[in-house]
Amino acid sequence: MGFTLAYFSLIIMLPLLALAIRSAGLGPMGFWAAATDPRVLGALRVSFVTALIAAAINVVFGTLIAWVLVRYRFPGRRIFDAIIDLPFALPTAVAGIALTAIYAPNGVVGSLFAPLGWRIAYTPAGIVIAMVFIGLPFVVRTIQPILEEVSHEVEEASATLGASRFQTITRVLLPSLTPAILTGFALAFARGVGEYGSIIFIAGNIPFVSEIAPLLIYIRLQEFNYVGATVIATVMLLISFALLFAINLIQAWSRRRYGYGH
Amino acid sequence: MDVRVTNVRKEFDRFPALHDVSLDIHSGELIALLGPSGSGKTTLLRLIAGLEMPTTGRIFFGDTDASEWTVQQRNIGFVFQHYALFRHMTILENVSFGLKVRPRSTRPPAGEIRRRALELLDLVQLSGLEKRYPNQLSGGQRQRVALARALAIEPAVLLLDEPFGALDAQVRRELRKWLREIHDRTGHTTVFVTHDQEEALELSDRLCVMSQGHVEQVGTPDTIYDQPSSPFVFGFIGESSQLPVTLVDGEIRHGNTAIGQSSGPLTAGPARLFFRPHDVDIVEPGAGLTGTVHSSRRVGGTRRVELDLGAGQLAEIDLPFDQAFSQSAAISFRPRRWQLFSAG
Repeated sequence: MGFTLAYFSLIIMLPLLALAIRSAGLGPMGFWAAATDPRVLGALRVSFVTALIAAAINVVFGTLIAWVLVRYRFPGRRIFDAIIDLPFALPTAVAGIALTAIYAPNGVVGSLFAPLGWRIAYTPAGIVIAMVFIGLPFVVRTIQPILEEVSHEVEEASATLGASRFQTITRVLLPSLTPAILTGFALAFARGVGEYGSIIFIAGNIPFVSEIAPLLIYIRLQEFNYVGATVIATVMLLISFALLFAINLIQAWSRRRYGYGH
Repeated sequence: MDVRVTNVRKEFDRFPALHDVSLDIHSGELIALLGPSGSGKTTLLRLIAGLEMPTTGRIFFGDTDASEWTVQQRNIGFVFQHYALFRHMTILENVSFGLKVRPRSTRPPAGEIRRRALELLDLVQLSGLEKRYPNQLSGGQRQRVALARALAIEPAVLLLDEPFGALDAQVRRELRKWLREIHDRTGHTTVFVTHDQEEALELSDRLCVMSQGHVEQVGTPDTIYDQPSSPFVFGFIGESSQLPVTLVDGEIRHGNTAIGQSSGPLTAGPARLFFRPHDVDIVEPGAGLTGTVHSSRRVGGTRRVELDLGAGQLAEIDLPFDQAFSQSAAISFRPRRWQLFSAG
């Protein structure tokens, strides 16, 4: 217990505390002014909105992928399963450059959409795509083990009670996956908000449109505006913490109810 | 409802799990499918349920051919060994699930569903627990919820797959008695799978003993226990010993010892004699089969003694637990009831 606490303080609390102290140097009025700067607000909005959209997309397709991996046996399943983890391992800059090359107006996919007047790279859509890419494994890997635990018998029980396939999925399977889906959502969302490397290549980084908060922090640092950078960081932290804490509460509640791990 | 299984064969990846099985299940009876693992008993149950489809053969519900019906169409109640409760639902929601998923035209009104679910919870003695979640209940309670859930849809047949398999011995015995009571009260045609012969003998109206994908014998517990139709059934149900014997003009001989007269069709040649440890009489030394005590153990109110009859042949007999004898003492006995099967 003591060790855990010491480790936790050293590794996580200390840097966060330093951040808080640094930004507090500005005083409440100065902090408020720096935090509500239009460009800062714009960047925060871009970051959180895109991360939420990306996490939502990942939840839908991550659940489907986990489902296929758990319930179907097909040739190449193991390789497919291993590939899911690649976004964990790939340097994010590599991912960013690759995605930009594909989705740029002259790229493989981008050129398909360009004639329609849709631009993906250099817009918030590009940011969402990068976040979807890096966030997917979090969703798949949190849902997969729970899905394996939900026995096939539960589905059969539902069928014997007269439920159609659709009713079994919507009333039995999805509800029992809810806690895992929430965890996956939280992780993918957190990863998206904090992501920097892959996004800056594809985003175009236009202030108020596709400039993300982590990039703005970096810009402030380059301007030697350290306090400005810590203010943005602190606001990001507070928002992220509030969201993650809320998700955690929902999880704890549902876990108590459904008794996972029993 | 009567259920007739006729000439059903089931293969999994070309591997036959059931060969040409036929079974008539009478309306309102409680029948046990009993057999060792791999005998096909669970496969047969799942075929009746529609959770598996037969490779060949037909299954009738009443006079209607139900072979092509889906699980949902068959309207069966199925209880799984590991309960398979919906853990995100309360006990009440679990029990009402089968009624709630019905199409609007046949779904009872919400109040009626609730009333019926509560009534069933009362039947399975879980009143007051309707707001709990499955993980807040003990194993025995969960299995009772599973039964209530299966009964809620007024099933044509109730199917139970090793319903007490995951419970400890004490709870098992209680639930066994209780299932019998429920059955007598509701009168559902019930089929249950078990590998526990004691459970099958105690609980069922009739037993269907299975082995290696075949039905070995179907009959009442008395018939199965007292008149096993095959060496497998004799060996599988209850305790038994077998000895190689020779028949000469209808007289059964073990070596030079005459045991009795054969009343069956076997009258000459080698045969196998089966008898149970409690179906023997102790006789004067030398007046029957004689063996030396090899080992003994206490079984309930008696002492089961293993006798070495020589030539590597062992036989088990029951003695009163207070009868004294010394290790390697010679004891003579004669089987009182037996059954003969052809050798080999």
